[in-house]
Amino acid sequence: MSTTIYYILMIAILLFVLTTIAAWLIWLERRVLALWQDRYGPNRAGPFGLFIVVADTIKLFFKEDWIPPFADKFIFVIAPAIVAAAVLMSFVVVPFAPGIVVADLNIGLLFFLAMSSLGVYSIVLGGWASNNKYSLLGALRGASQMISYEVFMGLSLMGVVMLSGSFRLTDIVLAQQDYWFIVTQPVGFVIFLIAGVAETHRLPFDIPEAESELVAGFHSEYSGMKFGMFFIGEYLGVILISSMVVTLFFGGWLGPSFLPGVVWFFLKTFVFILFFILLRASLPRPRYDQLMEYGWKVLLPLALLNLLITGAVVLVMKE
Amino acid sequence: MEIAFYITAAITIISTLLVITRYNPVHALLYLVVSLLSLGMIFYLLGAAFAALLEVIIYAGAIMVLFIFVIMLLNLGKETAEQEKKWLKPKVWAGPAILALVLFIELCILLNTNDQAQYISELHVDPKVVALSLFRPYLIGVELAAMLLMAGVVGAAHIGQHKKTVLHRFLQEKEGT
Repeated sequence: MSTTIYYILMIAILLFVLTTIAAWLIWLERRVLALWQDRYGPNRAGPFGLFIVVADTIKLFFKEDWIPPFADKFIFVIAPAIVAAAVLMSFVVVPFAPGIVVADLNIGLLFFLAMSSLGVYSIVLGGWASNNKYSLLGALRGASQMISYEVFMGLSLMGVVMLSGSFRLTDIVLAQQDYWFIVTQPVGFVIFLIAGVAETHRLPFDIPEAESELVAGFHSEYSGMKFGMFFIGEYLGVILISSMVVTLFFGGWLGPSFLPGVVWFFLKTFVFILFFILLRASLPRPRYDQLMEYGWKVLLPLALLNLLITGAVVLVMKE
Repeated sequence: MEIAFYITAAITIISTLLVITRYNPVHALLYLVVSLLSLGMIFYLLGAAFAALLEVIIYAGAIMVLFIFVIMLLNLGKETAEQEKKWLKPKVWAGPAILALVLFIELCILLNTNDQAQYISELHVDPKVVALSLFRPYLIGVELAAMLLMAGVVGAAHIGQHKKTVLHRFLQEKEGT
């Protein structure tokens, strides 16, 4: 019975910590973006403008929650929930430190891929249910972008699986005790990072929402907390991809022993979250066909080549 | 564990029935997604975790998204729902339903008489076991499937191929003058 309570507590703490971090990321992103663009950013409410998050949340909750009369009501309502649920489900398999993991599945990596592939539905259904041209265009772009980048995402990770010999994320972290997998899998790392940016549809790959051409893309018709769910889902996605990069390529919780494992994990993840924001500050958005061409003609062959070479090297090393 | 199985099985059957009876194609497809997800869950409960996740990744996550993608492009409105209503008359579904009912009764009888019933076990099928059986005894099947898929890809590339046309109005004007 005590293990059940332990797990329930862990799930509750995890949900609380993740949603809180995701909310404060709004502040972090706006401040850091401002720093890189030589502006101030939000600095009025509270110390360093930290309370902008509270103000934003209150604003989102009190805005009119408008469902357009031409929308497909039921699907319109569940679509924003799907993205947040799918991303939060993925955190089930992420090992934050030895022992701090909700479910150490022996197919953890596949579980992560499955959940990230279900996240597409929120964009597709949200865009379709809005019954609006711009939303539909955003949804179409989102669906094709996410389906194509999912392919390389899975393929780029297979090198790591070959080296560690397991889909279990704890085993993958423990296999990196001698050296991090970034040393032997730099190509896999780069492809995974690019695919991760595309999966979370962050800038520069935010063409499903592309505000300069599509109003707000798939969430044009959303307001209030429903829009807030898309927003939080995006930040949760950033945290998820950053923590997966750390787990798979940068040794997870491993690090010099003067700090506990959880702290190492969060520090490394934080670096990648900052990298995501830097990407937004520095890169322009590609055109839609450029994005697809880049994916299928550059990333897919590279991922396959990486897989082939890793397989050959692993075979030779074994003999 | 058995309660979980019965709940999932009930969800599978109900959602599959709803797939057939919904008039709106997107709603029907969503129920199909639910049905596939619960099928994955049943695989998981039977100990085949790898197959369960492949079911979710490939069917629910990729193929169904493509289905919805196409239906979205067609922009089917109320007229399609009306048409579906017309098509879904007893005259149309009575024949297949009777045949399926016969099969169902047969299945029930067979399940009752067969006493070698298998229960949900603690058996867990590793990805490694799946890979070993795929690439040792069933290698020919895998190769044949790969060839079929390759043929499909080549066919799709051939059908999708078309001459590059310049659609920009300025460039067209230039050609004209």
